[in-house]
Amino acid sequence: MSENTGRIAGINGNLIRVEFDNPVTQNEVAYARIGEAQLKSEVIRIRGNHADLQVFEDTNGLKVGDPVDFSGEMLSVELGPGLLTQVYDGLQNPLPELAEQCGYFLQRGVYLKPLDREKTWPFTPAVSAGDTVSAGDAVGTVPEGIFDHSIMVPFAWKGRYTVEEVVGEGDYTVDRTVARLKDEQGREREMTMVQTWPVKIPINLYRERMRPGAPMVTQIRLVDTFFPVALGGTYCIPGPFGAGKTVLQQCTSRTAEVDVVIVAACGERAGEVVETLREFPELIDPRTGKSLMERTIIICNTSSMPVSARESSVYTAVTLAEYYRQMRLNVLLLADSTSRWAQALREMSGRLEEIPGEEAYPAYLESVIAAFYERAGRVKFDDEGTGSVTIGGTVSPAGGNFEEPVTQSTLKVVGAFHGLSRARSDARRYPAIDPLDSWSNYTSVVEAEPLERARRILREGNEVGQMMKVVGEEGVSIEEFLVHQKAEFLDAVYLQQNAFHEVDSATSAERQRYVFGKLDQVLRAEFTFSEKESAR
Amino acid sequence: DRDMVYLQVFAGSRGIATDASVRFLGHEMQVSFSDNLLGRVFTGSGEPRDRGPTLTENVIEIAGPSVNPAQRIIPRNMVRTGIPMIDVFNTLVESQKLPIFSIAGEPYNPLLGRIALQAEVDAIILGGMGLKHDDYLYFRDRLDDEGALARSVMFIHTAADPTVECLMVPDLCLAVAEKFALQDQRVLVLLTDMTNYCDALKEVAITMEQIPSNRGYPGDLYTQLARRYEKAVDFETAGSITVLAATTMPGDDVTHPIPDNTGYITEGQFYLRNGRIEPFGSLSRLKQQVNGDTRDDHRTIMNTMIQLFADYRETLEKQSMGFRMSNWDSKLLKYGDRFEREMMDLSVNIPLEQALDRGWRILADCFAPEETGIHS
Ligand SMILES: Nc1ncnc2c1ncn2[C@@H]1O[C@H](COP(=O)(O)OP(=O)(O)O)[C@@H](O)[C@H]1O
Ligand SMILES: [Mg+2]
Ligand SMILES: [Mg+2]
Ligand SMILES: [Mg+2]
Ligand SMILES: [Mg+2]
Ligand SMILES: [Mg+2]
Repeated sequence: MSENTGRIAGINGNLIRVEFDNPVTQNEVAYARIGEAQLKSEVIRIRGNHADLQVFEDTNGLKVGDPVDFSGEMLSVELGPGLLTQVYDGLQNPLPELAEQCGYFLQRGVYLKPLDREKTWPFTPAVSAGDTVSAGDAVGTVPEGIFDHSIMVPFAWKGRYTVEEVVGEGDYTVDRTVARLKDEQGREREMTMVQTWPVKIPINLYRERMRPGAPMVTQIRLVDTFFPVALGGTYCIPGPFGAGKTVLQQCTSRTAEVDVVIVAACGERAGEVVETLREFPELIDPRTGKSLMERTIIICNTSSMPVSARESSVYTAVTLAEYYRQMRLNVLLLADSTSRWAQALREMSGRLEEIPGEEAYPAYLESVIAAFYERAGRVKFDDEGTGSVTIGGTVSPAGGNFEEPVTQSTLKVVGAFHGLSRARSDARRYPAIDPLDSWSNYTSVVEAEPLERARRILREGNEVGQMMKVVGEEGVSIEEFLVHQKAEFLDAVYLQQNAFHEVDSATSAERQRYVFGKLDQVLRAEFTFSEKESAR
Repeated sequence: DRDMVYLQVFAGSRGIATDASVRFLGHEMQVSFSDNLLGRVFTGSGEPRDRGPTLTENVIEIAGPSVNPAQRIIPRNMVRTGIPMIDVFNTLVESQKLPIFSIAGEPYNPLLGRIALQAEVDAIILGGMGLKHDDYLYFRDRLDDEGALARSVMFIHTAADPTVECLMVPDLCLAVAEKFALQDQRVLVLLTDMTNYCDALKEVAITMEQIPSNRGYPGDLYTQLARRYEKAVDFETAGSITVLAATTMPGDDVTHPIPDNTGYITEGQFYLRNGRIEPFGSLSRLKQQVNGDTRDDHRTIMNTMIQLFADYRETLEKQSMGFRMSNWDSKLLKYGDRFEREMMDLSVNIPLEQALDRGWRILADCFAPEETGIHS
């Protein structure tokens, strides 16, 4: 840690103003000292010889004049084997370990190492002395759950290196030196299984970004068939409270066909995370035969946890996602809810007394949201391997009205929109994704032509339904009535899917193609009925 | 401005001179905690509102840290209320946080009082915010009549008291509740009316010249509410806190920032309308955790009766528009009427099992077996 200490000059909620003498850096981490404890903070604005810091903890008891130690490092996460199965807070503190130490309550100023220091990993070298490597290249692997975890040359190490020495096969802890590398100037560096990376900077060690590719199969019919998501794509789920955003994401986290799922519980109920946390270890992933937890990381910064750590939590999550993408894996990041993250930005912006934009959100809201979703993508590496990060975020619009800044900013940058409708959820038609308003730019798991037919029937069936509300059943023709019946049939047997049903809750892509084909035959059939009763 | 701080004056700032001096106590808001609290009534600054002594022993901080999510357990115990609209259709669960959305004038305080008295809990903490004096007396007398005062604590802010005291009420209640819960007690916290609390937040925020986000409410309204509601918890090896709140909806508008933010935070809501709990819009997000283990037919009755009631509402609409009523429509009208009188009416007070039996009877009286869609 550098020897750079400043003094608190002002406190406003979790914003502190600090006077400093030696240079400080934007997004540098600092610790405000309060008795024995140190409160982690981040520099978010520098003006002359004072910096504004957001404190990731309750600031009660901090006083003007209290010392603040600058660390010289940007807010970072630890990357290495053992991230999977973990439950972290927004700053990558392991919550179960915190509980072991502190009991029921979160105690401020307690920070633990994200990765287990005692555990050993069976390492297999992938390079030998004399080989040339650069940042992101694997020097070896360790098995982590269901795949081999690459031990990569730290992403921040620029230039090319010659391998001087790499340890042989064996069991090592993450802090053990596994390779000695020499740079082009002949300087030696040692690397372990752990590296750190600043969360607000995307990891971009790849050859090229490709267009989103094959469908990311969620096994939810309304999604995969009608409003698909691509590997490396982005999508959002806005909806009023109780419409089913969280349940939809929970289903997706279970059944999505990806290698790694990162759940970012951002500013919503703690109870909902607990369900995932308690149930996943018991659930078997049919793709691997292992527990679902083995492909999962939970970042948990729920609503009563510190607000500024909520802001960081989405960046922590996406950085971990990018890390596994570097191993040629397909990673899905689910954030619930991005509105709470945006609100954290708004709170901080208000304290900074910035000029507010719409609904008091900061003027830069849109670009911050865009930059976050830009971290999704499918990439190709020099060895032709590919990996992807897919991002799905829920949005909690005020009053359930999609014309608000967070929904609108998000809609501009995502590739698919799953808008939940109050009318559908009130009618218990789950998932309550509105089949008429939602859209997707990605490719469906079924053929385009029958899909278009089904969409048309839904649209027309809805129109007839509206008409019948006014003029009654008697007021529409038998042909119109039939279209309405077909739309209702499609809705009942295909769109609706019970999240809590053992069999119905997941439908593979192949099965969707089969069932949708059968359904198409029914939708195309010309029925002739003389009576509406018999059409029913 | 490094030498300046802003203070809120508890008793209101009327009559404070510019040369008045300020003494800092060196600690945050605290409250005394012991069994001596039981049966007592305090103000929003923790002073006695009854004739009892001021309590000073064992002071505890309020607004303490939140529970580590990894320490939470999945809720598992039903709270019985004797109200079929709750027990059958939207079961209340120990550790749930749930508001009653209602318009002014609806009997939300009697409903809260009734749930409190019927729920099998060890302690009741009542927080009154902007409470009418009559309503305060109503709660006190009601608890007293039923012999529950001795296991109750009240923190009461009335409309006549300073606004800041209103802001302290939830924190005082929840800090005390937490201590009782850690002593292995099942605690029920009643907060009425959270809309007054939010309006107090708004008033203070505007005084502090904060930029409002939505209809004058501060941008951190969600966070402020969540910090309190999330105190609801079931401790694995100790007691629990269940929170029921009254939230009056300004203008009967559920999209108003107060009910809207509340709905995003709480684990469902009960809609009170025309003196009854509305089945639509009401939701207990935790009901599926418990209603599988009550009685085998619980979920069947719940789903069937609600679907038929939805059909009844549609028929009512058709009837009002003058459409022809079919034979089926007439059956639905009969069913809806009985549902409203025998299940929805708030005077109905029967255990879950009786309510389920009653449900079967109503269905059998109104429909042929195959019409209910229940597989036998
Ligand atoms: N797919 C679904 N299948 C069955 N019930 C659902 C489904 N989605 C939502 N629900 C019901 O709706 C409630 C609220 O859903 P939730 O996802 O928590 O809403 P939100 O996150 O939008 O506030 C759930 O507790 C559940 O009872
Ligand atoms: Mg662990
Ligand atoms: Mg949710
Ligand atoms: Mg505090
Ligand atoms: Mg308990
Ligand atoms: Mg929600």
